[in-house]
Amino acid sequence: MSTDIRPKVLVTKIGFDGHDRGSRVVAAYLRDAGMEVIYTPPWQEIGAVVKLAMEEDVDVIGVSSLATDHLIVPKLMSALRAAGLGEVAVIVGGIVPDEDERALLESGVARVFHPGASLEEIARFIREAAAKARAARAAA
Amino acid sequence: MNKPVENSLVDPAAARWEAGYAAQIGDDRPVVNRSGIPIEPLYTPRDWDASRYDEALGLPGQPPYTRGIYPTMHRGRTWTQRQLIGLGTPADYNARLLDIISHGATAVSLIPCNSVFRGYDMDEVHEELLGTCGTVVNSAAHMDRALEGVDLAATSCAMNDPSPFTLLAFLLAAAKQRGVPWGAITGTSNQSDYLSHYVANHMFFRIALPGARRILADHIEFCNRHVPKWNPMSVVGQHMQQGGATPAEAMAFTLSTAIQNADDCLARGMDPDSFLPRFTFFFDISVSFFEEVAKFRAGRRIWARVARERFGAKDPRSWRFKFHAQTSGVDLTRQQPLNNVARVAVQAMAGIFGGLQSLHTDSYDEALSTPTDAGARIAVATQNILREEAHLTDVIDPLGGSFYVERLTDQMEAECLRIMRIVEDAGGMYRAVESGLVQRMIGESARRFQAKVDAGEQTIVGVNRYQVDEEAGDRRPLERPDPAVMRAHIDSFKAWKAARSEGTVARALDALAAAAETPKANVFEQVVAAAEAGCTHGEICARLRQALGFGHVQAIV
Repeated sequence: MSTDIRPKVLVTKIGFDGHDRGSRVVAAYLRDAGMEVIYTPPWQEIGAVVKLAMEEDVDVIGVSSLATDHLIVPKLMSALRAAGLGEVAVIVGGIVPDEDERALLESGVARVFHPGASLEEIARFIREAAAKARAARAAA
Repeated sequence: MNKPVENSLVDPAAARWEAGYAAQIGDDRPVVNRSGIPIEPLYTPRDWDASRYDEALGLPGQPPYTRGIYPTMHRGRTWTQRQLIGLGTPADYNARLLDIISHGATAVSLIPCNSVFRGYDMDEVHEELLGTCGTVVNSAAHMDRALEGVDLAATSCAMNDPSPFTLLAFLLAAAKQRGVPWGAITGTSNQSDYLSHYVANHMFFRIALPGARRILADHIEFCNRHVPKWNPMSVVGQHMQQGGATPAEAMAFTLSTAIQNADDCLARGMDPDSFLPRFTFFFDISVSFFEEVAKFRAGRRIWARVARERFGAKDPRSWRFKFHAQTSGVDLTRQQPLNNVARVAVQAMAGIFGGLQSLHTDSYDEALSTPTDAGARIAVATQNILREEAHLTDVIDPLGGSFYVERLTDQMEAECLRIMRIVEDAGGMYRAVESGLVQRMIGESARRFQAKVDAGEQTIVGVNRYQVDEEAGDRRPLERPDPAVMRAHIDSFKAWKAARSEGTVARALDALAAAAETPKANVFEQVVAAAEAGCTHGEICARLRQALGFGHVQAIV
């Protein structure tokens, strides 16, 4: 499959935690790597993320979580499906315990990146996920 | 050795060392610390001139305080073991607190749930998140339960909670109920520094910048009058360093923030010696050992000079740079998590040799989840081992006089002053933060560090070198609040709210809004009155958001 597209990525944080070092570093790296990045400050409502993803027609949503906000990611997944955005790939990065990772993957999250993941590895995954998401939408 | 070339001509021993060094070292790659300062292979009296001793170092408890702010330092009182804890309901918190006290902790600290950070009550938010990262404290009654069995007149309490300082208000209300006079209450409004929250971790940013700024000064004035042993000002460098600032940047921005907050108090006509003695600082300790030691020694020297020369403070207590420090969570790894015990010990040693007054050691499992009970106990034991087995406290400022440490202290000081000048030129810390200047500098440093890690220039054991295959099963199970217990907490909160006198609550909230809308009124006085009248955290924050604007941060990448 061709990964020769310019991925459009929404980098965001939901819930109540405000630690944004991770989301800022990743967003800047993806932008410098040539992707189109939409970046939000922390504390986004799930509804607002869905709306933004729809308006901006993004391929991938990256959710950063340091302090347990990943626990409401399954709610985001349901909201995206309900809005007809089931093809958008959602990745989560941050402090996610193993038991929670399983639950996130079951809810439809494409991948969880833990502390120590390299930026290059994240970018590579996003390129592939974006190409798949775009192909799926074109087919639909 | 620094620029030894000319001297080596007249010093045959130095010339021999240089020749021997050059012959053995081979490819001598330059070493630069996290703050960007080049590190030489050797330091000698040529790098630090001992004739400057009195002016640059002096003695402990005397200006410029390089060697410590008290004559006895750790030989006397050692430091306060202040472990930040918070999980679940007030009853859960209380059980953990009493356990930690029985294992040697000497002071109380309370981290509230993230929903509290953001200004909401438990019945306004996603239930899944409640109590997973801190304690769900929404009222004075909750505070009383959380601190059951703790003598409020004899225990220093740190409340992690800035503007509008509802947790302190709940503590004061609980104290009054128990008949403990406010004059006996000791502790700190931990992280009361709204600027650091705006810049970096954003955790407590509930009210827009101008309102947060005003309520901070209101609460300093209130505490000076009514809770004189309380430290209302905790200037925070920890968030900025965790957010990516270099150690020098974090120290410089923190000192610039303290200057801004002091300027704000002076603008109200307050005497510097009425508030500076109650200023405290809170820092991160990275694993970059000597750099951290030098950072703290340099900061102490700069602050003593600022307090005396810039603010004209006459009381020596105003010159003392009192600080709490926490070992850096960013340095901890998810890979081979037990390695974090070693990292935390080294970080703690840097803080101890840096002359801290209070220490939180992180649990090794923080990179995996909210710390477990077992992890927290090892963190406390680490402090006990360093103090009582390793005897790190026998000698005051034991690294003082090391050519390297003194030279590095001078260099870190110069670097801090350089960065503080950038902030000053931007109009002071408030303006520098409002314009995003500080956030951009920190973001840039965070990216530079990550690039070094990704390129393998900075080793992280188990992450980019010395990796091993690990069984996921090695990791400890999670400790999460029992959903049924949390449900009961919510239900009883709702029932309690419904049973309150509506008139009393409404009157207190109206008085709060009126104070917020009256420029000369003291908002915090009304927060305390509202807490005593039974208003909840969410109600107080909502009313203040309405009057003073919601706390949003800029999207800066």
